[in-house]
Amino acid sequence: MARVHDIDMRGKAPALEARDLSVFYGEVEAVRRISLSIPSNRVVALIGPSGCGKSTLLRCFNRMNDMVRGARVDGEVLFHGQDLYDARIDPVEVRRRIGMVFQKPNPFPKSIFDNTAFGPRVNGFRGNLDGLVEDSLRRAALWEEVRDRLGESAYALSGGQQQRLCIARTLAVTPEIILMDEPASALDPIATSKIEDLIQELKKEYTIVIVTHNMQQAARISDYTAFLYMGELVEYGPTDLIFTNPEKARTEAYITGRFG
Amino acid sequence: MSRLGPLGTTPTPRNLRRRVLGAAFAGVGAAATLVGVLALVVLLADVVRDGVGQLDLDFLANFASRIPGRAGIRAPLFGTLWIMALTAAISIPLSVGAALYLEEYAPRNWVTRVIQVNIANLAGVPSIVYGILGLAVFVRWMSLDRSVLAGALTLSMLVLPVIILAAQEAIRAVPGSIRNAAYGLGATRWQVVRHHVLPMAAPGILTGTILALSRAVGETAPLIMVGAVAFIAFTPTGLGDPFTVLPLQVYDWIRRPQEEFRLLAAGAILVLLAILMTMNATAILLRNRFQRNRP
Repeated sequence: MARVHDIDMRGKAPALEARDLSVFYGEVEAVRRISLSIPSNRVVALIGPSGCGKSTLLRCFNRMNDMVRGARVDGEVLFHGQDLYDARIDPVEVRRRIGMVFQKPNPFPKSIFDNTAFGPRVNGFRGNLDGLVEDSLRRAALWEEVRDRLGESAYALSGGQQQRLCIARTLAVTPEIILMDEPASALDPIATSKIEDLIQELKKEYTIVIVTHNMQQAARISDYTAFLYMGELVEYGPTDLIFTNPEKARTEAYITGRFG
Repeated sequence: MSRLGPLGTTPTPRNLRRRVLGAAFAGVGAAATLVGVLALVVLLADVVRDGVGQLDLDFLANFASRIPGRAGIRAPLFGTLWIMALTAAISIPLSVGAALYLEEYAPRNWVTRVIQVNIANLAGVPSIVYGILGLAVFVRWMSLDRSVLAGALTLSMLVLPVIILAAQEAIRAVPGSIRNAAYGLGATRWQVVRHHVLPMAAPGILTGTILALSRAVGETAPLIMVGAVAFIAFTPTGLGDPFTVLPLQVYDWIRRPQEEFRLLAAGAILVLLAILMTMNATAILLRNRFQRNRP
């Protein structure tokens, strides 16, 4: 059974809470009865070797696994006291409230402006779209670089800029939680550090769950770290404790680079 | 194998054999290519020599006639354009709808697998079979008679599987990351299809459609089955009118004993070829634009 250190909720309800969550791809159980709470306005890192289920777990938090043919989810994910997998919940609404940034920058083949405005537009935003686009790009620390070229194709941007555009695009639909699936793994070190700075900035207003292969990154940016192995949650606790004084031998072996 | 020292300047027997073999294969390949190209060039040259003298405004504007000097292709030219437009109007919405359903909506189970296999098989059914189907269903059962609508419906059945397959291919080529991005922003399935999948797949779908239609334009057999007649002295004015098409006119003329009609047929072939080449050129242009716009 996973050892779970104290997660300080500071008297607030958790932003997300997984209870006995399992995911099956056909017969394969990719996530096994995981329970964990994500505190609000914190950065939680999910780490573990390839295929350990961390991305699958992340995709449970905004029902992106619905899009995967043959995937089945058991258990509950509580968000404001509601189970995201309740039959009455509309997954489209879930994804608006819980945004996602993907591993490879995936801007649409449209202008920078239209990329940022897409989410608000499809969600029926009525208001000052120009202002919302500017605000989102500012929050994603991209505005100064693109303010004079909003009409240009998003593909004209560098990889790091594209990823910040994807973050801006997510912010434009005003989510409460942002899920990030290895958001910097396709980027160079400078672009990576910009994304990391941005994450620190964003956690003032958002709750962030980030999957990362890079343990230094997890140590640098996260408040809590969950270590997954073979679909199970091995250990979950404050990041400094997990990295300096892990309780499980397997966690220690992984963070010291002896496997994975 | 490896020898130290300077490179040898005379090839070893083994290396010589390899070089000869390589050169021989290149020669065989070039010859194979030439056979195809030459046959086409000879055919084209023959048609152009016979037909180019026929091409003038009268030839395009006159109806068919028993007197070769007065005969033209007005009726089949209009018939071909009618058939092409109608077939496109019927087959594009149906096949794009089917392709979108199969790729974006339908669950993957044995039912959709059976449908998929059948579409692939239907694409290979001989066109005369579609002619028989058109005769039974559209001409007789739906009492459409020998109308341009019955002809277009029959050809639509013929091109439907081909366009569905091409459209599916184009839809599948839209990167999954784009769909993920849109879904992740709270877009509904329809919004993802409408704003991303369709625009990105459109050039590919159009290319496939044009190629399929250009095949349909050259068809003769199914239209004979549904009763298109070679000799009519008017152009269709509505969906219920009889019609003829260029390949049928060619067939009719080529059967006649007089040399003049053979030349007229060559002229009609040239017009048909011009239509086909225009369509294929459009398809190529679209494909090139498509490739430039890829992420």
